[in-house]
Amino acid sequence: MPDAIRMRFDVDGDDFAGAGVASSEVKRALKKLGMPPDLVKRTAICMYEGEINMVIHANGGVAMAAIRPDRVEIELCDRGPGIADVELAMQEGYSTASEQARNLGFGAGMGLPNMKRYADEMTIDSRPGEGTTVRMVIRAR
Amino acid sequence: MERKLFHSVTLNLDKCKGCTTCIKHCPTEAIRVRFGKAYIIEERCIDCGQCIRVCPHRAKSAVCDSFDALSDFRFNIALPAPSLYGQFHNLTDAGLVLTGLLRLGFDQVYEVSAAAEYLSDYMRSEYLKTHDLPRPAISSACPACVRLIRQRFPELMRHVVPHAAPVELAAMLARREAAEQTGLSPGEIGVFFISPCPAKVTASRLPVGLEKPVMDGVLSMTDVYTRLLPVLKTIREPEVLPQAGLMGIGWSVSGGEGAALLNGNYLAVDGIENVIQILEDLEDEKLPDLTFIELNACTQGCVGGCLTVENPYGARMRIKKLMKGLPVSRNRFTFKGEDRDVVKFDYELQYVPVFVLDEDRAAAMEKLAKIEALEQQLPGLHCGSCGAPSCRAFAEDVVLGRASEEDCIFKMRERMQYMAGSSDADEYLPAPFRHKKDLPPHGHKK
Repeated sequence: MPDAIRMRFDVDGDDFAGAGVASSEVKRALKKLGMPPDLVKRTAICMYEGEINMVIHANGGVAMAAIRPDRVEIELCDRGPGIADVELAMQEGYSTASEQARNLGFGAGMGLPNMKRYADEMTIDSRPGEGTTVRMVIRAR
Repeated sequence: MERKLFHSVTLNLDKCKGCTTCIKHCPTEAIRVRFGKAYIIEERCIDCGQCIRVCPHRAKSAVCDSFDALSDFRFNIALPAPSLYGQFHNLTDAGLVLTGLLRLGFDQVYEVSAAAEYLSDYMRSEYLKTHDLPRPAISSACPACVRLIRQRFPELMRHVVPHAAPVELAAMLARREAAEQTGLSPGEIGVFFISPCPAKVTASRLPVGLEKPVMDGVLSMTDVYTRLLPVLKTIREPEVLPQAGLMGIGWSVSGGEGAALLNGNYLAVDGIENVIQILEDLEDEKLPDLTFIELNACTQGCVGGCLTVENPYGARMRIKKLMKGLPVSRNRFTFKGEDRDVVKFDYELQYVPVFVLDEDRAAAMEKLAKIEALEQQLPGLHCGSCGAPSCRAFAEDVVLGRASEEDCIFKMRERMQYMAGSSDADEYLPAPFRHKKDLPPHGHKK
């Protein structure tokens, strides 16, 4: 048995319509594996929020998922502006999204809080001016 | 609880030429072409009727019952779906159609729209007032959508309203009332639904959420329409009063069931691809807070069923015209005590994991890894020559033992090139896939 099914997606910056490909592909794979519905849902939400964040804030990046029998590990890497104050960014309703993103209905300041809520583990590694890496683990309960 | 499979959607082998039109349009990738003929992977089919609509050779059809079945019973009841009223030009009174049905040999008519009004009232007065249920509630009226949810969206099954569909409630009430009126035993009474779609035919034999079938047969709306047309010309005055108001009749078009809840916070989605998209979004919590979601596999709702005659938009317009001037609703859910349970499912919906690669997680992972690896090597043209709808579906078929790698003409070409030691194998490819350099680029220049 492979130790994990690994999936990797390039997320285009400024492509709001195309965002969500990574999360729906991972979701499809999880369903084919017969993973618990609750894990499928939480993974899809975390992955989607992460993808959208990369589109809105970081001009895209790379979304990766490793599917293991009991969990999914997600890694989202970008070379965007970084997050100056991670604690502030984690607050519900706080957002630095552009006018354009807000006009499309994004930028409600719920992305990171939602990821935190649905992931079992989450770490944010961010350096202003260099980029951000978000890692999440979603476990079968 | 999964019983023997039955599908109304069937294939006429003589007419099928083995083209790949249907495999591309099937929303659950349930069709393959093998040995020159289409073949339906039964457990995946949701009876949505897409393949019937798109087949250029008219090789797909819906199996229904025949009028001959009426002779098996001493008393016959017709259950017209309200979409039937949308099939006729200038119909001013649904009572004319009901009268016509009596002339066709039925002893009684019971409008499905009347049962729909009971359900709407029950939803308003009871279900929507119970606050600990998952929201949004999802309609259980379209059997194709319910089947889809059971296959692909197990997380959403608990949202599905656990109520019988209007036609099932109509069948139960009609039989009960007729038995009381006539003194006949329920088994001597024939209850026949006039259906706009094959999903309802399937659901009549294998009802969703109910232990036993409640109908004795399902007649195709096209068949009934053809018989009714000449009869209607002879009827001057309706002899039967319609039992439903505009709410019940409105169920035949997308948005009608939602509107009847008198709660503006609903979404009505029609067309199977749109339904899939909205269920994906709902699963990912991308939708705003909603009370109710109405789903119809067919465009514009039941009036778009593939057993109807009129196009869905025309039928919708006629239904809307007919609704004008009708009372809002003629039926209140006034059942008492245990009788109130008549609308409820006998058992919970069961997940049908037809897309899971293997029950064993480790084995499933192994298969998925192989599928992804094979897919990488396939051309990604989704040409359908292998008989599968996409390269990915083909890769899955190979790994699951339903196809061989060399069923892909490009894989086969690689092998031929290897054996022949040359690149002349291009000759064996259809024109769009050849790589000849002497062909004019985008060759429309003369």
